[in-house]
Amino acid sequence: MIDFFKKKVNNYPDYWLEYENSFNKKPIEDLSQVRFVVLDTETTGFDYLNDRILCIGALSLVDKNIALNQSLELFLKQDHYNAETAKIHGILKNGGASCINESVAMEELLGFLKNAVIVAHHAIFDITMINRALERNGLPRLKNKVLDTSHLYKKTLLNSNVFKKKEHYSLDELAEKFDISKKDRHTALGDAYITAIAFLKIRSRLKGKGQLRLKDLLKMG
Amino acid sequence: MKNTISHRVADFLKNFPPFNVLGQTDLETLAEEITIVYKEKDSVIFAENDEPHPYFYVVNKGAVALKKGSDKSIMDMCDEGDIFGLRPLMAQENYKMSAKAHEESILYAIPINIFKPYAQKNIAVGNFLIESFASNTRNPYSKSHRGKLYDEVPDTNPVAPDTHVLDLQSVQYSKKLVTCTPTTSAKTIAKRMTEKKVGAMLVVKDKMPIGIITDKDLRNNIVTGKYPITTKAKEIMVSPVITYNKHLTITQAQMAMMKSNISHLCITKDGTPNSKAIGILSKHDVMVALGNNPAVLIKAINRAKKIKSIKQIRKSITHLLQDYLDQNIPIKLTTKIISELNDACVKQIIKLSLAEMPTRPPVKFAWLALGSQGRSEQLLQTDQDNAMVFENVPEDKLIETTAYFLELSKLINKGLFDIGYDYCPAEMMASNPNWCLSLDEWKKTISHWIINPGTDEVLLSSIFFDYNITYGDVNLVNELSEHIFETTKKYPIFYLHLASGALQNPSPTGFFRQLLVEEDGEHKDSFDLKRRALMPLTDAARVLILSHSVKSINSTAERFEKLAELEPNNEEIFMACSFATRALLKFRTKHGLLHNDSGRYIAIDKLTKEEKIKLKRTFKTIKEIQELVSIRFKVSNLLR
Repeated sequence: MIDFFKKKVNNYPDYWLEYENSFNKKPIEDLSQVRFVVLDTETTGFDYLNDRILCIGALSLVDKNIALNQSLELFLKQDHYNAETAKIHGILKNGGASCINESVAMEELLGFLKNAVIVAHHAIFDITMINRALERNGLPRLKNKVLDTSHLYKKTLLNSNVFKKKEHYSLDELAEKFDISKKDRHTALGDAYITAIAFLKIRSRLKGKGQLRLKDLLKMG
Repeated sequence: MKNTISHRVADFLKNFPPFNVLGQTDLETLAEEITIVYKEKDSVIFAENDEPHPYFYVVNKGAVALKKGSDKSIMDMCDEGDIFGLRPLMAQENYKMSAKAHEESILYAIPINIFKPYAQKNIAVGNFLIESFASNTRNPYSKSHRGKLYDEVPDTNPVAPDTHVLDLQSVQYSKKLVTCTPTTSAKTIAKRMTEKKVGAMLVVKDKMPIGIITDKDLRNNIVTGKYPITTKAKEIMVSPVITYNKHLTITQAQMAMMKSNISHLCITKDGTPNSKAIGILSKHDVMVALGNNPAVLIKAINRAKKIKSIKQIRKSITHLLQDYLDQNIPIKLTTKIISELNDACVKQIIKLSLAEMPTRPPVKFAWLALGSQGRSEQLLQTDQDNAMVFENVPEDKLIETTAYFLELSKLINKGLFDIGYDYCPAEMMASNPNWCLSLDEWKKTISHWIINPGTDEVLLSSIFFDYNITYGDVNLVNELSEHIFETTKKYPIFYLHLASGALQNPSPTGFFRQLLVEEDGEHKDSFDLKRRALMPLTDAARVLILSHSVKSINSTAERFEKLAELEPNNEEIFMACSFATRALLKFRTKHGLLHNDSGRYIAIDKLTKEEKIKLKRTFKTIKEIQELVSIRFKVSNLLR
């Protein structure tokens, strides 16, 4: 029985093991030390089973700084292709930037992510899409902690009967609220940038409720 | 790594010196190495005598204040596109000034080791740096040298001086020249001057200024009948023109105007009348630069074509406010003037937004300021509270009309946000469909509040009933007021609820007459001046004045004065309330200016003994007026 498990673990490629090992370190609680990866995916559609990731954009955020030389923008080769979504995202099949296979993309993504805390808008969608891609390549699910800016944003709003909170707030609404340019909306990295700035502004507004710890953020969204 | 964001960063940088002289490829390579830094308001970027960071900074959004010395006087304010923290890196010394985020800001941190080779390789970049450093060893990017450094930036905004060294500041002249030829007729000249809203026209020949015609010349020569209206420019122009070069300082300009008793100076390329005219400087421009005259500011607001220039003017308004408070000018007068100016800003934003709409409004409308703005008590910028009311339309047109006004409101709300009014956290803004209604819809909503006065309804009424028209059709608003008075008369129980709402504010002092401070949250241990002192007065004034059906008096202090007039037997207490309101407002404004916030929370331990006594004196009045309200409207303990 034990042998069986061991064998399975050994089947995973080195980059997965490296990714997995990065979680062995003790998690950091001081927010200024935590590495966040803000990411967004552009996909061919909203069906978890049939749709595929077209593009992944991710920014690394440490202590309110986003270093542009530590960002990730991956374009994925497509078999399944939907003209409708391509129109929105402006990414043509195999066109434009150099495209890579899904398996290579996953390797690069895991290498970039390491044990960072993932931040995304409507995170469940992006995370599920990535997990499906990992699954297709015979890998387990992501192990990272996840924060969703759409949940966090709601926590900044007043709690009052006078004013009804919406169920969902779109990234557009956040961009307008926080006066973030929407020029690069609907490109993965552009959306990741908007999400990152929104995340920072949300954090400064949440601070009012005392010193913020990672634990508190994770509890909220 | 080249990507979408680094492209965007390069796009931004190429608009500003010295990056504008770098090639696209160089700029993009540079952009890839940049770190984007987010700074909360009031957070420190670097302190005086800190070791230099490996980066220098460019402001992408927000504003950064550079301060120096023990008194922390502001040496310079960096806006969008301005560079700071570069000189210490080049000179390899510690920071001579501290940098602090004056607003919530986004900065681009550019690594010096990547940038330095460009500065050495590219002569234009090097020259820019040498010139800016040589101009002033301490403060190379100060306002006084701005004209020199930012020649490419078309910026005619009147900027209030941040320092008081006017002698050294170069003036902001208008670069959009309005000119005519010597043979243009007086009638055409007058027409174009009206069209362009200017007070003087330059007469040019081969781009050289040969004469000037002002409003005064037209009056003296044409209107008096001395010359016919068809007279040519050369007959009536004043010449020669007094010319200067663009490095003229404010003081120099003032002296030149006084010396020659003229109101306009011409700016030419080399300062002589024999070179190309590049701008004109009027007395008005000088006054704006001095920034100490409300009439000039109003004029500047009404002339503003861009929201950005209104933002600049708002800075001058804040300076004016500070001056008034420093000079101890009566708060009553100060409030009036500042509210007028704020009002003018909002009006201009509405006008600009209307111009941006594809079509004219389908029906009449009115823009309502709510809350403190409606009461004309807003001296400092706080959150925006506003609403939109439009004329009734047939039912089949309602959706379309509402959509139009929502779109308009959205533009206006954004404009207000851009000049510094934060969005209302409770969405009480005209762009919220609940606050953008037709007259009948509003009437229905208000009736609902008055007939079913639950806690929420009373809260909403107390915010809404202080409305004041900022722009639009006054009849709509009058009809709304009539409706409120009629309905409240029919349902007097509403007064009781409004009165009990007015008594619900927490008490300012505890059992031992000590000031009560907040026990937790962001403002722990500070005194909530708004909730504990100002709001009880405002709420009391509202319910009392409403029960007298007095309309169009919105300011709390004036409401109390009116009440004193209506009820001579209570004159003493009402006058005391009026006085207390003004005192508290002044208190709040002073503290707000000091800390660059809304002044709502006051750190008790920072108050002087005298200030504490003053503050406590107003509390006695608050207690008395609350008792009066409680007895008059028979607020039982049950409801409280």
